[in-house]
Amino acid sequence: MAVPEGISISKEIDARGSFCPGPLMELIRGVKSVQVGEVVSVLSSDPGSARDIPAWVQKAGHEFVGTFQEEGYTRFVVRKTR
Amino acid sequence: MAAERMSIVCFSGTVDKLLAVSTLATGGAAMGLEVELFLTFWGLEAFRKGAYQTNDRISADFEDHKVPMMQAMQEKKVPNWLDTLRGAAEIGDVKVYACGMTMDLFGWKLDDLEDLVSDVIGVASFVERAKEGKITLFI
Repeated sequence: MAVPEGISISKEIDARGSFCPGPLMELIRGVKSVQVGEVVSVLSSDPGSARDIPAWVQKAGHEFVGTFQEEGYTRFVVRKTR
Repeated sequence: MAAERMSIVCFSGTVDKLLAVSTLATGGAAMGLEVELFLTFWGLEAFRKGAYQTNDRISADFEDHKVPMMQAMQEKKVPNWLDTLRGAAEIGDVKVYACGMTMDLFGWKLDDLEDLVSDVIGVASFVERAKEGKITLFI
């Protein structure tokens, strides 16, 4: 499934093959490294990410753009809002 | 409002349990909790400078799983528990304290421990802080 048009990803992190909590850690570092308003995505093959990443995004107060299933992994897309 | 706190007594020095400690600490740090580790006995021994490099102990009950577990961790490039904990301290509020009694017993100084360990405290200080917490674990 494709990321919607109009969403431009500033930084994409490939965390495939990394285990919980690796992909979440990579995402947190990625979000820290960009400016407010920018969009970060992380690719994960860890099944824990499906719940962990949205939970963190909500807690941290960013915007969860969505979960996009690819072949053998998932792309999680987040906009930094603060 | 005070931050929510997760307190972990880290008693065990085996890699499987240390990996549980560091993973839980990471979850706590990621979710915005103050994480405090109180290292005692074998948990503290594992934090002696450089000890993690040669520590390949696992829980005795699961000794038969040691070789496959270590192989799987190497093949799948699972970061070691100390690096995982360092990562937790980078993204959140993680404090690591050494148990004064264990330090005295074995004759260790703060300088003998990994840099992540910031201070030596007594059990009463740990309990005083843990009682305000939301989550307390003994591992």
